[in-house]
Amino acid sequence: MTSPSERLVNGRPLRIGSASWLLRLRSAAVALILLASVAALMALTMRIGDIPMSVPEVFQAITGDGSNHFVVMELRLPRALTGALVGAALALAGAITQAVARNPLASPDILGVTGGASVTVVAITMAAGATTGGASGPLAEVGIPLAALVGGLVGALTVYLLAWRRGMDGYRLVLVGIGVSAVCTNVKYWLLTVGDVNDTGKAMVWITGSLNGRGWEHVVPVSLALAVLIPLTLLGTRSLGALRFGDDTVTGLGVRMNLARGLMILAAVLLAATATASAGPIAFVALAAPQIALRLAGVAQPPLVVSALVGAALTTAADLISRTLFSPVELPVGVVTAVLGAPYLIYLLIRVRRKARS
Amino acid sequence: MRLQAVDLKLGYGDRIIVDGLDLGIEAGTVTTIIGPNGCGKSTLLRALGRLLKPSGGEVLLDGKRIDRMPSKEVARILGVLPQAPTAPEGLTVADLVARGRHPHQTWYRQWSSDDESAVSEALSMTGLLELGDRPLDELSGGQRQRAWISMALAQGTDLLLLDEPTTFLDLAHQIEVLELVRRLHGELGRTVVMVLHDLNLAARYADRLVAMRDGKVIASGTPAEVLTEGLLAEVFDLDAKVIEDPVAGTPLVIPIGTRAHPPS
Repeated sequence: MTSPSERLVNGRPLRIGSASWLLRLRSAAVALILLASVAALMALTMRIGDIPMSVPEVFQAITGDGSNHFVVMELRLPRALTGALVGAALALAGAITQAVARNPLASPDILGVTGGASVTVVAITMAAGATTGGASGPLAEVGIPLAALVGGLVGALTVYLLAWRRGMDGYRLVLVGIGVSAVCTNVKYWLLTVGDVNDTGKAMVWITGSLNGRGWEHVVPVSLALAVLIPLTLLGTRSLGALRFGDDTVTGLGVRMNLARGLMILAAVLLAATATASAGPIAFVALAAPQIALRLAGVAQPPLVVSALVGAALTTAADLISRTLFSPVELPVGVVTAVLGAPYLIYLLIRVRRKARS
Repeated sequence: MRLQAVDLKLGYGDRIIVDGLDLGIEAGTVTTIIGPNGCGKSTLLRALGRLLKPSGGEVLLDGKRIDRMPSKEVARILGVLPQAPTAPEGLTVADLVARGRHPHQTWYRQWSSDDESAVSEALSMTGLLELGDRPLDELSGGQRQRAWISMALAQGTDLLLLDEPTTFLDLAHQIEVLELVRRLHGELGRTVVMVLHDLNLAARYADRLVAMRDGKVIASGTPAEVLTEGLLAEVFDLDAKVIEDPVAGTPLVIPIGTRAHPPS
């Protein structure tokens, strides 16, 4: 016999001894389908390159040790993995930011990560261009991601310090974040304007977000960050769910609000910074993925695992489009996500406005 | 004494609202705080529920300083329904009520049979079983308020603080909410502290009234002791007659006019 609340909370209780969970069947099914989609999309992107391959050939190349083995294992697989992992990290950061800011239009951009990273990378590219003839070799491999990481973290710290007033208020965070982003954008454009044309071109590709030439050295940091941060974030899922309510309700439920908020924002910053360091600021994934995820899962708040998988699928799909649409010319993946994301953002804005009016 | 305020000083920033207030809430009573707008009654309730940190003095829960107890432990003893609470859009009633179980859960204990029965019980007590799968934003004001009370009930605390639980409700719905409070007290022995604006309803549904003005407790006691013509003048600047409520036998306030503008 099912009790009334079991029917209403829309999930199956899973109880082992005194441990218990609520299994949301629809979310679980959606997650499995998404996982399969990510794998399929990755296989499709791995066909593309100087040596075109079919999907079976890609699999043969992975398992066998033929001439294609090196191409797939060293060039195509790491790129595909970087795309999926970066997408997952951005989406997770987005889901957390939207929950803490209590705003479906919030994204890690307002945390200052993207702005800080962009300004730093542009500045470094310009400076290096003048003295060493362009960021290349070891500097490009380690220097740029490291600069992006440090810049992103400094940007986030700036936003956090400016937004803190005896506690963290979601609305204030959004406002300060928008302000800091605007300053960063202007500094970035100023640097691009005064810089050398060749350096500017290089910097532009980076600040659009690109997966081109991503190897294992990009996969490892994102994988490590995700391996540590995903379990930690999932432990905070319940607090995150509570944080969506008004301040008094949050405290009333026994959540230590400022601590929980601070830790969740820190997790979002680290996720977004690592992702940005690996592939540049890929636009709109963090904004759109959590909102798509909650609609797919049929729940009121972005589910973390489903969001991460949607992010992975979106980024991989965008990568696939960016390489097939104008083939053999390849667009930076950030161009595709921006073109797809902009109408979506407008749709969200209209919806929020309608809601406010009614 | 379940809940106690000792020499409490409260304010927001530099603005002091309550200074040197003492108050005790006894177990198993329904206490209603009354007073004019801005007298500090909601501020006091927020401090009793550790939603507002006192700038001086202390709040004791079962004799222990509430700010030194783990917040989660407090949340298993004391439930708070804030004024005009907000929920994420699209949230269903059942999901809202289930959220009330938060202080009883950990990452490995997320949906026990206790959680399940507490949520069922809270929904049925508030008559919301049929509306459980409806989004909160689609409900009427009265239903929504009942959903929030239901969440506080699911929290399973024997102390409940309700900040103006009847605001925005029509009279029938106000009565409905207050009868629910009465049942919580009568059938389940809960201790309730609430802020109400309607003096006649406060008199009818409370065991004890606390009348405040300018951050001070002017009188406290049974409704008959507190609701006198003299007190109404002192606390509310109100000229009124107090007669016996023909239904409940409690004091009934018939306003004549304000002291500032007496009727000609």
